[in-house]
Amino acid sequence: MSELTSLTLKSALEGLKSRAFSSVELTAAHVATVEAARPLNAFVLETPDKALEMAAASDARIAAGEAGALEGAPLGIKDLFCTRDVRATACSRILGNFIPQYESTVTANLFGDGAVMLGKLNMDEFAMGSSNETSAFGPVINPWKIEGGNQSLTPGGSSGGSAAAVAADLCLGATATDTGGSIRQPAAFTGTVGIKPTYGRCSRWGVVAFASSLDQAGPIAKTVEDAAILLTSMAGHDAKDSTSLDVETPDFASFVGRSVKGLRIGVPKEYRVDGMPAEIESLWEQGIAWLREAGCEIVEVSLPHTKYALPAYYIVAPAEASSNLARYDGMRYGLRAEGGNLTEIYENTRAQGFGAEVQRRILIGTYVLSAGYYDAYYLKALKVRRRIAEDFDRAWETCDALLTPTAPSAAFALGERTADPIAMYLNDVFTVTTNLAGLPSISVPAGVDAQGLPLGLQLIGRALDEATVFSVAGALEKAAAFRSKPAKWW
Amino acid sequence: MAIDASTVRKVARLARIAIPESGLEPMAREIDGIMSWIDQLAEVDTDGVEPMTSAVAATLPLRDDVVTDGAMVERVVFNAPKTVDGFFVVPKVVE
Repeated sequence: MSELTSLTLKSALEGLKSRAFSSVELTAAHVATVEAARPLNAFVLETPDKALEMAAASDARIAAGEAGALEGAPLGIKDLFCTRDVRATACSRILGNFIPQYESTVTANLFGDGAVMLGKLNMDEFAMGSSNETSAFGPVINPWKIEGGNQSLTPGGSSGGSAAAVAADLCLGATATDTGGSIRQPAAFTGTVGIKPTYGRCSRWGVVAFASSLDQAGPIAKTVEDAAILLTSMAGHDAKDSTSLDVETPDFASFVGRSVKGLRIGVPKEYRVDGMPAEIESLWEQGIAWLREAGCEIVEVSLPHTKYALPAYYIVAPAEASSNLARYDGMRYGLRAEGGNLTEIYENTRAQGFGAEVQRRILIGTYVLSAGYYDAYYLKALKVRRRIAEDFDRAWETCDALLTPTAPSAAFALGERTADPIAMYLNDVFTVTTNLAGLPSISVPAGVDAQGLPLGLQLIGRALDEATVFSVAGALEKAAAFRSKPAKWW
Repeated sequence: MAIDASTVRKVARLARIAIPESGLEPMAREIDGIMSWIDQLAEVDTDGVEPMTSAVAATLPLRDDVVTDGAMVERVVFNAPKTVDGFFVVPKVVE
């Protein structure tokens, strides 16, 4: 059983193709592993019957010579994706027992290519959080622990369930979403690979909306090549999302393993922040050395507005969220609370249905959009957002990709940062800039800290240049040779 | 500018979220702390900068104004808290 679940997606697909094992065997092994891993709280809904049914259908297609690109591969799906006839809650009480009557485009693409769904993965409520602690289902526990310690650590957020499930070999890969770092920071905290593609690569149709101008779907996977295989299936133009880009989706996996000789890698000096652990600083230096050895030219670049990205984000994202989440009124779906009149029903429904962090962000968003403050806050943030995007435009004049740390720390203990919202927000200091600018960025596991916890490095590319991002990520992965897995305690 | 309990009361009303009187002051302190941190944006010179509303330079596509789907009443009301004969049942809004 453990042999099948420890495979990469790539090697599992090869095994299925060569009939070394069937999808039913592969899926049954994963179903058993998911059941045995409930202490991690990674899945909020297991769908073993559906998984085995899909696996049997995959085996029939493989036998008939009609296998798709992901035929028979069991995946986990973040609970933000609408899955037809399978509960989707965004891990919020307000969606209660919501059973989508349609399939998101991203999951439809994956299932159309033959992927098998193991169940729905835990996350921060409406993807608002960096530690998974805002989930209505309780936090995911990181499979990693400090060496010799027993404290429960966060897997990061918001895609904490996706990252933990991949790290613990519960699935061959998982869908995730990233509005400010929600794919990359959890990937860094769990020793997995996560890519947020260019804004518009993946359709947002059927993905529960948080901040529509920032939200992008992407995969969390065991290797760079696996992430490339998954993204190739997930991406593509979709007329149902007006921001979906009408561009070709290349075979991203074909760029992994290519030579990076002669590529110019920018190192932004503003990403050296106060209080960053020395180990992250030295890992970054190590990453620079690895890429130099691989033939890259290293150039120092300046992104002067970096420190303003998080404050700008905490206007733009709550503003869009306050508008998007206005739909939860208790009338057409989800929770409906009691009240003396219509307004009271709305107010009580939303008070009971939304958790504390979601309420806080809706209030901030409503405030910055309200009469008298719109220009001073919202419009100002949109102008700063352009300044941040222009920083990157200037950087591309002298380099082809950027190398930075993914997060300013390793995984921290559950409960450690819940009392201070700003300390929690600072998790995303290195990732949020690319959401504002719409650029592709990947986190690659590159080493462990003194306590044995994984650390990630981030690569950022030009818009629609995932090809270069995957090539450099492949080189980084090869040089880092990160093989550590969490010791099984669950 | 400081955010006080009365501002939170007003904003919560706009956002249609019931916050008990005892919760207004703590929420005001939290939001005020966050907004004070956000105020550093004032340092950025944004004179003459065009607001950035989209991460990609794309014009909104238009499609033909035709019916593309429909006739799925059961699915539309499937998740409703209350329905009768394929209609949403909502509280009385006109006295």
